Amino acid sequence: MIDSTVVELSRLQFAATAMYHFIFVPLTLGLSWILVIMESVYVMTGKPIYKEMTQFWGKLFGINFALGVTTGITMEFQFGTNWAYYSHYVGDIFGAPLAIEGLMAFFLESTMFGLFFFGWDRLSKRGHLAVTTLLALGSNLSAILILIANAWMQDPVGSTFNPVTMRMELTDFAALILNPVAQSKFVHTVAAGYVTGALFVLGISAWYLLKNKHVEFARRSFRIAAAFGIAGTLSVIVLGDESGYAVSESQKSKLAALEAMWETEPAPAGFNIVAWPNEEKQANDWAIKVPYMLGLIATRSTTEVLPGIREIRAKNKERIVSGIEALKALDVMRKDPNDTAAKDTFEKHRADMGYGLLVKAYAPDVSQATPEMIEQAARDSVPKVAPLFWSFRIMVGLGFMMLGLFIVAIWLSIYNTHKKHPLFLKLFVWSIPAPWIAIMCGWFIAEYGRQPWTVFGMLPTHLSASSLSAGDLLGSIAGFVGFYTLLLIVEMYLMFKYARLGPAALQPNHA
Amino acid sequence: MFDYETLKLIWWLLVGVLLIGFAIMDGHDMGVGILLNFLGKDDTERRVMINTIAPHWDGNQVWFITAGGAVFAAWPFVYATAFSGLYWALLLVLFALFFRPVGFEYRSKLPSPTWRQSWDWGLFAGSAIPALVFGVAFGNLFLGVPFRLDETMRSFYSGSFWALLNPFALLVGITSLMLLTLQGATFLAHRTEGDLQARAKKTASLVAIILLVAFSLAGFWVSRIDGYVIDSIADVGASINPLMKEVSRAPGAWFANYDKTPILWLIPALAYLGGLLVIACVRAGWTLLAFVGSSLACVSVILTAGVALFPFVLPSSEMPKASLTAWDATSSHFTLNVMFWVALIFTPLVVAYTGWAYRVMSGKVTRDFIVKNDKTVY
Repeated sequence: MIDSTVVELSRLQFAATAMYHFIFVPLTLGLSWILVIMESVYVMTGKPIYKEMTQFWGKLFGINFALGVTTGITMEFQFGTNWAYYSHYVGDIFGAPLAIEGLMAFFLESTMFGLFFFGWDRLSKRGHLAVTTLLALGSNLSAILILIANAWMQDPVGSTFNPVTMRMELTDFAALILNPVAQSKFVHTVAAGYVTGALFVLGISAWYLLKNKHVEFARRSFRIAAAFGIAGTLSVIVLGDESGYAVSESQKSKLAALEAMWETEPAPAGFNIVAWPNEEKQANDWAIKVPYMLGLIATRSTTEVLPGIREIRAKNKERIVSGIEALKALDVMRKDPNDTAAKDTFEKHRADMGYGLLVKAYAPDVSQATPEMIEQAARDSVPKVAPLFWSFRIMVGLGFMMLGLFIVAIWLSIYNTHKKHPLFLKLFVWSIPAPWIAIMCGWFIAEYGRQPWTVFGMLPTHLSASSLSAGDLLGSIAGFVGFYTLLLIVEMYLMFKYARLGPAALQPNHA
Repeated sequence: MFDYETLKLIWWLLVGVLLIGFAIMDGHDMGVGILLNFLGKDDTERRVMINTIAPHWDGNQVWFITAGGAVFAAWPFVYATAFSGLYWALLLVLFALFFRPVGFEYRSKLPSPTWRQSWDWGLFAGSAIPALVFGVAFGNLFLGVPFRLDETMRSFYSGSFWALLNPFALLVGITSLMLLTLQGATFLAHRTEGDLQARAKKTASLVAIILLVAFSLAGFWVSRIDGYVIDSIADVGASINPLMKEVSRAPGAWFANYDKTPILWLIPALAYLGGLLVIACVRAGWTLLAFVGSSLACVSVILTAGVALFPFVLPSSEMPKASLTAWDATSSHFTLNVMFWVALIFTPLVVAYTGWAYRVMSGKVTRDFIVKNDKTVY
């Protein structure tokens, strides 16, 4: 049995290192395409200002990219160091997209990264544009493979449990790659990255305009960012996560939690715009509700019923009881692989085996589980409501705010009236962090919303961690957070310094 | 689809290919990082050194990342057991590696000498520590690693970080440190000129000698320690777990594969050839061939160790039957097959565009070049 402190600390470390990593990734995803757009304009028009733009924003891209790589190294190995049982249990499936990411995407992205910076004088104009495009393509391919891996944790398709090796094994590669959850996640996540890159360029350009510096440079950058940003924001909102909502079981419990929907409602369910969820009472103290809206958004129908939290928990309780039978049969099979009665019982209950594992948090030997333990495990089977409820609302609120910002930005660009609206320009500068906040909320919803599972319905989080000590974890968390924070400070310092310098940073004689 | 047993063997080879790819490619970057403060006499010289690898370090580092991913996909047992067991050793490597991307990217972005020197030592740590630790880890494989597996295949590690730093493992650590330093020295000899090049050449010869001595000593030492033998194992062509075998320890067992198939002795012999080639070629001024010699040494030193251990990947000193081998620590038949095709398609592609990138950036890096491009190069 793994000490619950170790599990909690392992989660904390993973959350911290993943979130640090995802400070840098979205900007890479977005800026890389912005560089492609700028350089394409340069190649098509031959105007040197666009080359200057590509090189300057490329410089900021590089400062950001370095820490993306640094923090990314950890991610490739942390499943093994801290989630060893998870790695054993699902490595057969989960490892594949990770390895493919390295071979197919990260190699491409990283090789082109070097040529982007050092190849200006050695490649033809078109050749260099091809390198920049491959760099952007590589970073986006990388995202899709990582999201395929993550989507499998949300909705474990194409795999089955093997009692001999005691793990999940891949049965259908196409199902893994074409997982619908992965597709909606991919669009949602990379588009969020595009928004990040766009608002970054927009905000810094707005600052130049406010200061009346590099005006031509800033206006052109501003225009490209505004157009790219509005396309990105619309993709995030329209094509985003919504399409993934009701397609899988995992999304149902997540949905109920983030909507604070305790009771199953007659279709179509209403949407709580604001509410005060009360975990104790399993109800909302109060709520402002729009009738029908949730049912329409989540099921795209007026008749499909969405289960509430109480109903989901009740169903899960049955599955836990059934899962315990599967685990008991598995124990018998381990001692005597030819026991056909045990095999039959196992086959009958195998779909619920993961739910049986939930009880192991309370009873290491599941045959000793009491009804109270089962009740408690069922309660655990839906995550806490309030954190999900609020982070979802922050994310969505920021999304619509950014849509408004980009509409204004387009307006200013078309009529070329930046100078008349310094207040808006200031707003753009101050909004630069907004996409990051929304993105962190989004990942929180995806990962916290999947609890108590690492792999939904298959492997509980409390079984997934490595057999380490709390001391090990405290040491490594201190190391990661300390090191990353130091590097982040250095990165921010350089970023501010170079952003302030502007395109002058490219000239040989700057300070 | 190949049968399961063949695929298990192929994946043992493919993991070897990735490790060798790492040693050759990321190895010469790390070698440059290790030598940075010792061969570079002033800031411009150190920038020359860094800029020989500036366009390539990031791509090369992916060999390490991909090796991690491939072990996860093909040998999940090994990925889980080794990395959680050798927790602090791996974290040490990761923390050291953190210095590299930021070191390369940030060091020349500010003119302050203190800033630059700090990053130079960061680059040294980020290069030398992983090179040393990888060897130490490899050395401990020969001694066996203290872990056990329970019936649900959960692994428990009972050793400590400090126990890894025993004399034999440290000797292997020095061997791997020298191996990667040699990669760096021969690469620098090829891509720089003047005094710096002369120093790199001298270093290459010296390091080649130390490497061959350490390699020979380690080989001799291995003949004196107990190796591991599989006494019986379930059908290796089927889906099996690591507990379905019996393993014992025997003196000299790490030489069993060489005794059984004497032609394999050619592999360690090639390591000597590689080392001697380096010494001869730097003297003759054939720097590219010296780099080839050093890379040959990488290939054969790694293969020498791999062949000795085969089929063991992670022998357990605490519970020998739980030792992880190429037969029972792998992914399923289906996954190995899928990943085989993925590797078959993408590895040559990676090699092709990496080769192209080196061609585009070929030629010597000079002091002049650094001075002229002060703001745009590392």
